[in-house]
Amino acid sequence: MRTPLRPLARILKARETGENPDMIEAENRARRHAATQDKARSRAEGRLLLLGLMFFCAFVVIGGRMGTLASSVPEEPRAAAEGNPIIGQRADIVDRNGRLLSTNLDTFSLYAHPRQMVDPAHTAAQLAAIFPEMDADRLLADFTGERRFLWLRRQMSPEQMQAVHDIGSPGLLFGPREMRLYPNGSLAAHILGGTRYGREGVSSAEVIGVAGVERQFDPFLRDPANEGAPLQLSIDLSIQAATERVLAGGMALMNAKGATAVLMDIHSGEIIAMASLPDFDPNSRPQVAVTGDQSDSPLFNRAVQGVYELGSVFKIFTIAQAMELGLVTADTIIDTTSPLAWGSFRIRDFRNYGPQNSVTNVIVKSSNVGTARIAMQIGAERQRDFLGQLGLLQATPVELIEAPTGAPLLPRNWSEISTMTISYGHGLSSSPLHLAAAYAAMVNGGTKVEPTLLRNTDPQPGPRVISAAVSQSVVDMLRTTVTEGTASMGDVAGYAVGGKTGTADKPRAAGGGYYDDKVISTFAAVFPASDPQYVLITTLDEPVETSGTEPRRTAGWTAVPVAAEIIRRTAPLLGLRPQMDMGDPDSVTLTAN
Amino acid sequence: MRGFLYVFAAMAVIASAFWAYQENYTTQSALCEVRGLYSDIGAAHDRLQMLRAEWAYLNRPDRLADLADLNFDRLGLLSLQPEAFGQVDQIIYPIPPILPITDPIEISNDTLDLGEDPL
Repeated sequence: MRTPLRPLARILKARETGENPDMIEAENRARRHAATQDKARSRAEGRLLLLGLMFFCAFVVIGGRMGTLASSVPEEPRAAAEGNPIIGQRADIVDRNGRLLSTNLDTFSLYAHPRQMVDPAHTAAQLAAIFPEMDADRLLADFTGERRFLWLRRQMSPEQMQAVHDIGSPGLLFGPREMRLYPNGSLAAHILGGTRYGREGVSSAEVIGVAGVERQFDPFLRDPANEGAPLQLSIDLSIQAATERVLAGGMALMNAKGATAVLMDIHSGEIIAMASLPDFDPNSRPQVAVTGDQSDSPLFNRAVQGVYELGSVFKIFTIAQAMELGLVTADTIIDTTSPLAWGSFRIRDFRNYGPQNSVTNVIVKSSNVGTARIAMQIGAERQRDFLGQLGLLQATPVELIEAPTGAPLLPRNWSEISTMTISYGHGLSSSPLHLAAAYAAMVNGGTKVEPTLLRNTDPQPGPRVISAAVSQSVVDMLRTTVTEGTASMGDVAGYAVGGKTGTADKPRAAGGGYYDDKVISTFAAVFPASDPQYVLITTLDEPVETSGTEPRRTAGWTAVPVAAEIIRRTAPLLGLRPQMDMGDPDSVTLTAN
Repeated sequence: MRGFLYVFAAMAVIASAFWAYQENYTTQSALCEVRGLYSDIGAAHDRLQMLRAEWAYLNRPDRLADLADLNFDRLGLLSLQPEAFGQVDQIIYPIPPILPITDPIEISNDTLDLGEDPL
């Protein structure tokens, strides 16, 4: 009930006693004010309490959530995950038509917990019976020793796994493994390279590339963002297989200790086939040789890493440059008197080709003297620039991890005598792949080509090296070399092969001159000459052809027939139609009756 | 009016809570199903991978070449040679079909074919 500020009874009483009645009002007003204040305070306190409680709850919830997040195993937000989370494997490698070159296979590894074994002796004996490479005594020593954990096998077949399972030992355990499989065996072994296991755990192991494209494209192959998209190479499986088969046969026939073939598209620089023999099986990659000559190891990729003095195949670069500079034409007569003396140095031809020859004949007959004379007109500076433009002075940019090791060997001092010897392919060592790219530039109309192992559907012409007219003359000279010159065995009916042979003596490993009876024979072919599409470089290491009365080692007798057979086998597979000379149609005879 | 609004708001809260509860459980069951499907896809992918590897292994050029050699008598398969290409004019034109005889003419010895006794 509201108390009046001036209660009449008290006022009257105050008036009677002579007190000031206003004091009563003031007193009452103060009391009312205090009551109002008390009420407001208690309400504010209640609100503060409620607010504090809410803050407390909020902090408890947030703190609790943070605690759970920190202490729980991380989990991907499944509802928000986009794309396909399944494909986390190393990507496949396929050829230009999508056929598998390399893929993965699920298998299992075997490891042991010796402490959990009931009967170690029995387990060791049984394991040794299943896996021939294991030794029962050594296993038993491991199982009964201090070790708590032991790897036994990295991978095994399902049959072996079942056999291990049947032993029934609780201490033998399996871990899932991914195995890299090369279904075609040794096919394109040097290109693919191989893989090994990286960090290994019980439940998984990473597969990492060790050589070839497996190593070069390791980040791409392992990137889950590609969602399993395969790596497509420019290699054609069938053509690679045919090339390797013919090359292996040729190598055996010619008693060579190694052989290489590179087949390249001259416009795009795509390598259609690249073989190096002897080869290996990337499924069980051999160990790197620690002693002896690395170039004798099957792991050595002769096509990319093997830098050799390739001999007369280089002559065409000298001639093409001289024609491009306007120094000579195909019909210019060159002095080819052999020997050509330069100080104490004498340059000789294989046999004497007479005192004078046309430029075409210098190529067709492969005259060192004629080429050296033309090189003297060009000069060292211009020759080096030109070979540099063709990419013969740096390692090839091909997508192999080994590519930088195939850097050409150049003379320390590019003197005039170096210019003369390099003009016919001595004094400068390069790989067959270098030669393939340089020949492609010579015959594709004159633009530079960079070799690639990746499928390239939209090739762009590189910078111009020689004019289209010179390129055409080069093709004509190469064709004449096959029809009339040193490479007469290289003609393949229907495919108008053009090419240049090269036979170079091998330099002695210990230095000091060249071997007399060891050569590198090379044939650089281009086909079809009417509309060049492909170049094929075939190189044999130390070939000897022994069907005649005396051993023959020149490229015309060794590399050329092998290359011709490769072209005969692969050109139809490349979809090239043979241009058969059908002759004139039978004449029509008019007869009267 | 104010009382109605309070009741209405309370009902709306209950209804939306019920809806959210249901949606939550539908989502969780869908996620569970998706997880199952992913695991099925994974298994199918593994199987497919194995089959592709096996296919590639069975079709490796070495084996095909050996098979072609082995069955040469039966199949006569050769590697593709330049001679396998032909010219269009090497193919003969199709022989025109014989036109049907619409008005046959009887000749004297026709009857012999009918097996009638000439006598």
